[in-house]
Amino acid sequence: MPTLTPLETEALLLSMRVALWSVTISLPVGLLVAWLLARRDFIGKSAFNGLVHLPLVLPPVVVGYLLLILLGREGPLGRALFSLFGISLPFTWQGAALAAAVMAFPLMVRAMRLSLETVDRKLESAARTLGARPVVVFATITLPLMAPGIVVGAVLAFARSLGEFGATITFAANIPGETRTLPIALYTLIQTPDGEAAALRLTLISVVLSLAALAVSEVLARRLRTRIEG
Amino acid sequence: MLEMTVEKRLENFTIDAKISCETSGIVAFFGRSGAGKTSLVNMLAGLLRPDRGRIAVNGTTLFDSDQGIDLPPERRRLGYVFQEGRLFPHMTVRANLNYGLRRVPMGERAIEQDNVVVLLGLETCLARRPHHLSGGEKQRVALGRALLANPRLLLMDEPLASLDQPRKDEVLPFIERLRDELAIPIVYVSHSMPEIVRLADTMVLISSGRVEAVGAVDDLTSRLDLRPLTGRYEAGAVIQARIAGQDRDFGLTELAFAGGRLRVPHVRLAVGTQLRLRIRARDVALALEMPKRSSILNAIPAVVRDIGTEEGPQVDLRLDAGGATFWARITRRSLVDLNLHPGTPVTALIKAVAIDRYSLGRSAGPGRFLGNDD
Repeated sequence: MPTLTPLETEALLLSMRVALWSVTISLPVGLLVAWLLARRDFIGKSAFNGLVHLPLVLPPVVVGYLLLILLGREGPLGRALFSLFGISLPFTWQGAALAAAVMAFPLMVRAMRLSLETVDRKLESAARTLGARPVVVFATITLPLMAPGIVVGAVLAFARSLGEFGATITFAANIPGETRTLPIALYTLIQTPDGEAAALRLTLISVVLSLAALAVSEVLARRLRTRIEG
Repeated sequence: MLEMTVEKRLENFTIDAKISCETSGIVAFFGRSGAGKTSLVNMLAGLLRPDRGRIAVNGTTLFDSDQGIDLPPERRRLGYVFQEGRLFPHMTVRANLNYGLRRVPMGERAIEQDNVVVLLGLETCLARRPHHLSGGEKQRVALGRALLANPRLLLMDEPLASLDQPRKDEVLPFIERLRDELAIPIVYVSHSMPEIVRLADTMVLISSGRVEAVGAVDDLTSRLDLRPLTGRYEAGAVIQARIAGQDRDFGLTELAFAGGRLRVPHVRLAVGTQLRLRIRARDVALALEMPKRSSILNAIPAVVRDIGTEEGPQVDLRLDAGGATFWARITRRSLVDLNLHPGTPVTALIKAVAIDRYSLGRSAGPGRFLGNDD
């Protein structure tokens, strides 16, 4: 097995950490949003739906810039975060994770919403007649039945986060060891004279990583589906 | 006691129903498809909210629009057996059965899993998933799951409708066992008169969202004015009978009832067992004298009470045989030829073979349930 250079290891681990955090923070929010979109009717629902899907159609650089405006030191949210908690997101790996999460969010919500829509609501009402409160019904019936969709959504979001470039570089910049994820490191190498060989290695690492994520999701989703269907 | 006064506007029709009846044994909600039976049961269960009204079961108010009471389904303690079973596909049979039971406080568990598993014959299914069960097994698990929630009332919405006849025959005896061996009142929704006659004591007749009549099954099925709702094809009478003897040589069973004795193909039940049987109007012929040599085993002296006023070549007559009601369907021509009027004494001729095991149901009371014919 070919060994990785310290730089490659750093970029790889950083990318994984950013992507994992991106998925972790977007999972609960995504679930809530998917549930709202699939199950609730409220005023402004289509506007809300549009907002959720915006990162899918906006140029990533625009998303990154919007995040910068919102969460920068002078931004309305950024100022509050800094004065209340001393947190500043731009130019940090946490900021990179947030940018990746925002970009991957629509994909995750879409997968979860689709699977939630296939859950038979009659099973939920049956559970209610058996004495389960709505929260319990959600935890014991709805959630397990939509599990394959959650896994697919999480893996999609993970893969999307691994590849996130535009919003990340705009919001979190290109700081070695802090926000220089795989794609950004690759970009940097391409910009460097004689960087082609190293760039090729990073490309290979990215391909392997993405394929592995896909394979894992495939296996997990299949296992969950057989669990559900018996 | 079931009290229900509800109004509800639905998309294509309005439900405006008033039901008040005892909840002993099985209460059947009968009506054609789309009459509003399921909507009524869903309102009972709390799955559909009435616009106005009041629902109370055995003194507990479940819904009252005036007082602002609307218990959520999980607090109503009504078991619900759905037409399609609705078993949870991601759980084993055992977990399905336990789903409701787990939520019943220890002190209130009158029914435990072991009883139900034996009662419903589910011993071999416990580790399986619903996906691998037959239609009949699925419905039995659904029955067990609802029972184990220890409900104060069990609702069954066409539990047999999605099954073919052999599966129906497989599940029916289990419902009879529930009725006879557990003291849980049951509301049974069906559009099948044979099922209701076999199972139920009380019937609520529903048509276009309204309750047309509430009463004993025997009474309602023998009322001429309700005939358009109970159905002409189904015309027949329910008779309470007792096994009086067995004729092993000819494979016949003798039944005693208010109007005399009936011989029917062998029924494998002990002498003395109460049962009820349904005799269809089209299986009863009439004669003015007792026939001397005839293949018809059952000749019951009776009196004509009522003559149907239907148009057409056939006419239904209500007969009284020692207090038991019979229906006979004869041609209008025979009616004229025999010059039948209310009060005319006649002999009702019933072919023994016309009474099959589908017309027999065990009456409430302990004992074994009805087995197959030998």
